[in-house]
Amino acid sequence: MTDNTDSTDNNAEDPLVVVGAGVMGTAIAALAVGHGHPVRLIDHSPEACAAAPERIELHLRTARMMGALPAGGRLGRLTTAGTPDAAAGAAAVIEAVTEDPGEKAAVLAELAAAVRPGTLLVSNTSGVPIEEMAGAVPHPEDLVGVHFMNPAYLIRTVEVILGPRSGAAAATAVRELLAGLGREGIVVGDGPGFVTSRLLHRMLNDAIEVVREGRAGPETVDALMRHCIGHRTGPLATADLIGLDNLADSLRVLHERTGDAAFRPSELLLEKVRRGELGRKSGRGFYTYDYEEITP
Amino acid sequence: MTQTSDQAGSAAGTGQDAPGIADELLGFLAARTKSTWEHDQDLFAVGGMSSLFAMQLVVHLEKTYGVTISGADLMLDNFRTVDAMVRLVHKLGGSRASAGATAGE
Ligand SMILES: NC(=O)c1ccc[n+]([C@@H]2O[C@H](COP(=O)([O-])OP(=O)(O)OC[C@H]3O[C@@H](n4cnc5c(N)ncnc54)[C@H](O)[C@@H]3O)[C@@H](O)[C@H]2O)c1
Repeated sequence: MTDNTDSTDNNAEDPLVVVGAGVMGTAIAALAVGHGHPVRLIDHSPEACAAAPERIELHLRTARMMGALPAGGRLGRLTTAGTPDAAAGAAAVIEAVTEDPGEKAAVLAELAAAVRPGTLLVSNTSGVPIEEMAGAVPHPEDLVGVHFMNPAYLIRTVEVILGPRSGAAAATAVRELLAGLGREGIVVGDGPGFVTSRLLHRMLNDAIEVVREGRAGPETVDALMRHCIGHRTGPLATADLIGLDNLADSLRVLHERTGDAAFRPSELLLEKVRRGELGRKSGRGFYTYDYEEITP
Repeated sequence: MTQTSDQAGSAAGTGQDAPGIADELLGFLAARTKSTWEHDQDLFAVGGMSSLFAMQLVVHLEKTYGVTISGADLMLDNFRTVDAMVRLVHKLGGSRASAGATAGE
């Protein structure tokens, strides 16, 4: 799939650049190639770049199986690169690196330097305020937030964040980008965790606390939340899907910016991260997963 | 890059008759989900399995029965029930022998 099978049509368009080939970056790349757009995927980890084509192929198979891709559509071409200068010539850039505000600011600055001014810059951050990152780029009007949900190729609705300095042209460009990806954006205001992470992450953290206290095990908490409350996946299974390292990072971002103790990462969560139990992506978290090679 | 922890079990040679495949799949489901399922039960009905689990079923069938599931076969309806998966394996001519390996349990 990396090798383009149809160089005839849509790959003439400028590539969508996705930065960070982790859980979200590979899923967003799959979403884009599945909608026929050429994608350049950038990650500083050679291992992540090497693993990306196969992970994306699995995402695409899952998406196809669920009928989540345009029928009979051609795939866009996927290329990978190791440095942000490969963003030159991008139609738009989606940043999906680790939830580390300093890292994100540095990467966004490098990306902004590589692209034409006026190129849409999107951060897929879970909770770093867009205004905070706007300070790192020369043209803050080009920057918006799009909080793609996980898995990005299955969940059609995304949270769009326009910061105080996001420009009208960027607002239009992001609407077009999402239309081309078959996504529906819901626009919200800026601030730590926006709407979804602000609400979800405190609940996930508290669910982990319930497990730590021994009041109920992961299966029980998830069963109650699914069957009584109507949560589709259950909080502990959701934490495993997100990745426990990313959940801890995201909680830390929220805790530092709000002072709200509900966001202080649970000691059980931190312990799991220290043990390398990162959820689906490592094969073990609150549950165990035997087929780690297929975990998106 | 990720490694599969595919310890070969000792379950080889169970045969590829429909009841054999159905039993193997019911065992796989019970082990993965920690609950029991009927052969005609919709695994993906409300409150059931997630779409990501569906992909685990695809990979399991491919590895265990030596089939490749692609094109129009790759649709959720073929994985909704154990019966549907048995039909798919038959249609694709799969068997444990053709997989050349045992299922990792
Ligand atoms: N996991 C989720 O469910 C989820 C959902 C929505 C949003 N997000 C957000 O998406 C972003 C990515 O999360 P993830 O779960 O995919 O993380 P991840 O840990 O799976 O992947 C992050 C990737 O970024 C790469 N990276 C880190 N620094 C880099 C740099 N300077 N240059 C290039 N590549 C770099 C890493 O090598 C890694 O491959 C985070 O901001 C996260 O909060 C995550």
